[in-house]
Amino acid sequence: MKYVLLFVETESFAEELTALPAEERERAYALAGKWFADHADKLRGGSKLQGPDTATTVRLDGGDAVVTDGPFVEGKEVVSGYAEVEADDLDEVLRMVRTWPGCPLVEIRPVEQ
Amino acid sequence: MTAARSAPAPQTGGGSHAELARVVREHAGRLAASLVRVTGDFAAAEDLVQDAVVAALRRWPTEGIPQRPDAWLYTVARNRGLDRLRRDANYRTKLAQLQPPASAEPDDRLRLVFTCCHPALPRAAQVALTLRVVCGLTTAQVARAFLVPEATVAQRLTRAKRKITAAGIPYRMPDPDELNDRLHEALTVIYLVLNEGYLPTADHPHARDLVDDADWLAALLHRLMPTEPEVAGLLALVRLHRARAEARFEPDGGLVLLEHQDRSRWDRQAIAEATGLLAAAARRGRPGPYQLQAAIVACHADAERWEDTDWEQVVLLYDMLLHLAPSPVTRLHRAIALRYAAGPDAALAELAPLADALDRYHLFHATLAELLRAVGRPDAARAADRRALGLTANPAERALLRRRIDWSP
Repeated sequence: MKYVLLFVETESFAEELTALPAEERERAYALAGKWFADHADKLRGGSKLQGPDTATTVRLDGGDAVVTDGPFVEGKEVVSGYAEVEADDLDEVLRMVRTWPGCPLVEIRPVEQ
Repeated sequence: MTAARSAPAPQTGGGSHAELARVVREHAGRLAASLVRVTGDFAAAEDLVQDAVVAALRRWPTEGIPQRPDAWLYTVARNRGLDRLRRDANYRTKLAQLQPPASAEPDDRLRLVFTCCHPALPRAAQVALTLRVVCGLTTAQVARAFLVPEATVAQRLTRAKRKITAAGIPYRMPDPDELNDRLHEALTVIYLVLNEGYLPTADHPHARDLVDDADWLAALLHRLMPTEPEVAGLLALVRLHRARAEARFEPDGGLVLLEHQDRSRWDRQAIAEATGLLAAAARRGRPGPYQLQAAIVACHADAERWEDTDWEQVVLLYDMLLHLAPSPVTRLHRAIALRYAAGPDAALAELAPLADALDRYHLFHATLAELLRAVGRPDAARAADRRALGLTANPAERALLRRRIDWSP
């Protein structure tokens, strides 16, 4: 089955990461990189996204398309990246996500077949 | 006692209602496990079993329980499946391969339990699914037992089954390193079923059936996982509650507190068996919350009279329980035991720091009232009882509190 992992960052997580000494921040990135390498057999692509301050939202439900600055929900939790995963079942995905060393939230969504 | 479970049809040669419930429990889960294995489709298999159970509850009370209930249920499920899925050739082939579950085949119901209690499902759905799929309850029976509209239960079940299929929740045993967490989920579900059945009342008479279901589920898990001490602990806990259930209620349904129960009505044989089960589990040297809760209940059950209770031991067990699973409610129970081990002043001191966390919990205020009365502050006690009264809807508990407010000094 195919799943998409949505990596979600919280404000406090982003602040803590910024506050880290450069060396430790590098180590945090390296851990995330190692996680991607460890699960390369199941990963089918994905990307880190640029920050929510770069987001543009288009709302189409009012007739005319309304373009606004920012993500579609203003909140403390923002999607910061995604990855596609191919796995036998949800337990396999849960097993790999449990060891994710980065942002504090990951949403797992099965892909429509 | 399981009359509520069955169809309203009269019993004519069909065995008692309790027997009917027992037979359905014994076979529904096995059939579900077989159907899931062969079809690989949890939701469809579950629907077919439910159809067969509903048909059995309609027909067995008048036609009698068949010689081979498993074969009967299987045949109904299979024919329904063929009817319903006539257009799906692939499905028909699978169903055609289906054999009646042989008694020799390994018991797959454990996998069934782990799928129903998967942590990706909401708790209420885990409970409803387990009762329906593993115990063979109908949706209507689950709804009655939990005092929830049938449509609500049906919707929970539909959503849960959709998620099982759509999200790829597997039908397999958890890996060894996941087993502890997953077992904990399953035990929580059984514990919730037990708790819901613990306080049957006049307007909630079907709750007591749930204790039978909790007992049966815990016994099934214990049979399939005999080396797991927490499973044995939960089974002992269920059995210890059941052994004393008769003494907890007056003939009119009124609640009898432990202190005033007629202990000659306790089932001493059942208590001894449960205590033996617990001792065997304890020898594995892996204590856990269910073993400790059962040990606390066993302390009470072992005492011939209220005065014989080993309160020091009870307090010690609560300390261990709090160490493993800290919770304000457990601290409240420890304080109650402490009253008898060290006096009401010591217990009152323990309650003070819980006031915020348990402000909405009626038993906190009821306990406070008892302690205040014991230290000679009747006015404050009455106020606490009134607060408790405002927080519980249970008729038996309300009657008890009212008596205290009206009659105590």
